[in-house]
Parts: sequence; C-alpha cells; structure tokens
Amino acid sequence: MQTEELIGRLTAELRPVRRLGPPVRQAALWLALAAAAIALAAAHYGFRHDIAARMHLPHEVAQWVASVAAGIMAAVAAAMLARPDRSWRWALLPVPAVAAWVASLGLGCVADLARMGPAALAMGTSWGCLRFIMLLGVPLTAALLVLLRHAGPVRPVPVLLLGGLASAALCSAGLSLFHHIDAALMVLLWHGGAALLLVAVAWLFGRPLLARPPRYP
Amino acid sequence: MAAAQAGDAAAYEALLRAILPLLRRIARRRIAIPAEAEDAVQDALLTIHQLRHTYDPTRPIRPWLAAIAERRAVDRLRRHGRRAGREAPIGEFGETLAASAANTGEDRVAAAELRAAVADLPEAQRTALALAKLEDLPLAEASARSGMSVGALKVATHRAVRTLRRRFGVEE
Repeated sequence: MQTEELIGRLTAELRPVRRLGPPVRQAALWLALAAAAIALAAAHYGFRHDIAARMHLPHEVAQWVASVAAGIMAAVAAAMLARPDRSWRWALLPVPAVAAWVASLGLGCVADLARMGPAALAMGTSWGCLRFIMLLGVPLTAALLVLLRHAGPVRPVPVLLLGGLASAALCSAGLSLFHHIDAALMVLLWHGGAALLLVAVAWLFGRPLLARPPRYP
Repeated sequence: MAAAQAGDAAAYEALLRAILPLLRRIARRRIAIPAEAEDAVQDALLTIHQLRHTYDPTRPIRPWLAAIAERRAVDRLRRHGRRAGREAPIGEFGETLAASAANTGEDRVAAAELRAAVADLPEAQRTALALAKLEDLPLAEASARSGMSVGALKVATHRAVRTLRRRFGVEE
C-alpha cells in the first residue's frame, strides 16, 4: 500500500476522540483505587496488635514511608512514560524512594544481626506475604495497565515494570500495617521477592497484550 | 491536531501530509533500505492515528511525533534483524539450472533483439555496418565490394551505430 493511500484511509475513518486527562490525574486515580483496596484488606484483617508501638520507631516509620513513596513515584513515572512526548528520565523518579526502601530493609537486617546474633538469620516461610502481595498486586497492576494501555505502541516495557513495582510497593506497605513479621530479613526476602515476582509477572503477561505491532485499519 | 481530535478530517489530512517529511527523515536516519524505511513511516502514521487521543494540545507536537516515529523505526529495524537471521539472500542462487547453457537465456534474448534491430536498418546502413564493422574490412575494400564511396560508407556506418545505440538506450 502506498503511503498516500494510507493517509486517505486514515482520514476517511477519522472519528472524534476524547482527549486523555493529564498523566498525574491518571496516577492519582489509580493511587486512590489502590489505597481503597489496601484499606479494605487492612480493615478485613485488622491492624497488627503492636502498630502503636511501631509507629514510635523512627526506623520502622521511615521504612514504611519509603515503601509508600516508592509506590507513588512508580505510579507517577509509569503514567508519565506512557505518554510518547514525556522524557524517559521520568523513569528515574522512583529510584531514590526504592533505594531508600531497600537500604532501610538491608539496614534492618544488619541491626537484627547485631542485636540477635545468628538467630536473625533463622529462615521461616511466609507464604502469606507472597500470597497477599500477588493476590492484591496482580489486579492492581492489571488496573494500572488498562488505565495506561496507550503506552503499548510506544514504551510498553518500562511502563509494565514500573506498574508492577508501584503495585508491589504499595501492597508491601499495606501488608506491614496488619501482618506481624519482625525479622527484617524475612521482610526483605518475602516482600522484596514478591515485588520481583510481581514485576516479572507484569512483564511476562503484560507484554503480549501491550506491545503489539500496529494494525492496518 | 486539536482539530483532528475533534473529528476534522480535512485538518487531519493536511497534518498527516505536512508531517510526512519529518517522519521520513527520522525513518531514513535509522534505516538504510528505502522500502523498509517507508514501511516504518506507515507504521508511524498508524500509531499516530491510534494514539491521537494522547496528544495534549498545550504541548508542542514535534516531540510527540518524533518519539512515535523513532519507536516504529527501531521496531522495524529489530524485526528486520530477526528476519535477516532466518533468511538467506537468494542472489547466490540465481543460477537455477545445473546445465550452463540453460542459464544463457538473457544473452540469447539480447542477441535476438540486436539482430532484429539490425534488420530494421535501411539497406545502405546495414551493408556498411556488415562490411566495415562485422567483417572488419579496410574501407577501400568495403567500398569496392559495396559500390559505395568511402565517405558514404563512413556516414552510413556512423548512422547505423547511432540508431542502434538509441534503440537500446545506450548513452552517446
């Protein structure tokens, strides 16, 4: 087909479209949805019994704030990157928060080790954490990707990864509100592992849906 | 573009035509093969059509268009690279038959065309060409055999060669 002919066909089937709102508004919409879902889950399980005590530990609060910030920043970055004309540098937005989150978990491990000795390395399984993050994270990621489906033809992979990261960070923050788990190593492994798994799932299943070659009308 | 978002087909067509040079420039900068680059331009047009609701009229349109065109060109290049890995160029297999005589078809067609062209020449030019060029006789002998003067022979051979050259599109 000649390019001229294609232009004729595209023009002939032109329909009015509704413009998308600003990307920050899309991110806010999704964050509100995520907050509501996590609040519902927290209400269902009830806050952990020692939440008041932990709110007085600056290290715990900082870690929690960092994970929430990572989720918010990743969602905003995904919404920005989904627009073709925004700079790829938006992808760096969640980096400081994610670094702070991971560093705080790592420091927690070291502190546990100093306090408890080798007992801190005792490994337990916490399939509950993994299940919660996946069960809540997969629908949230899917919702974000539906909202940002226009990213498909231009920057599918960064948006997929950031979407998975945003959901995982927020789910992890939500989980910390009601799930009693103290050893920092356990949190690092099960929350961090679940986050990686969620990002991988988003990439694996989201890519064929989002990154399709252009179709002829 | 804002008018196109509202459904103005004339404005849309004018826009698509106006951005073609930009799209082609971006595609050709990445892709050396012209046909492949043109395919990337068409892919970019399709994506622009598909994503026209994501354009924000308060922002400049050029980065938006350029990002889409770059993306489609890179996609084409990748797909082309993958395909090139699976396919073998057929140039080396141009000789399809084992017998060497079977592959001289083109030469024989060209020879037949040349013979037909020579047959179409006026009688005097054909004789002059045959004696002076094909049989390679000295001009004096050719003159004696054909009964034409040396000057007439020279003129006739020159005209015959010129006619043949024109007929086969050879540059003078």
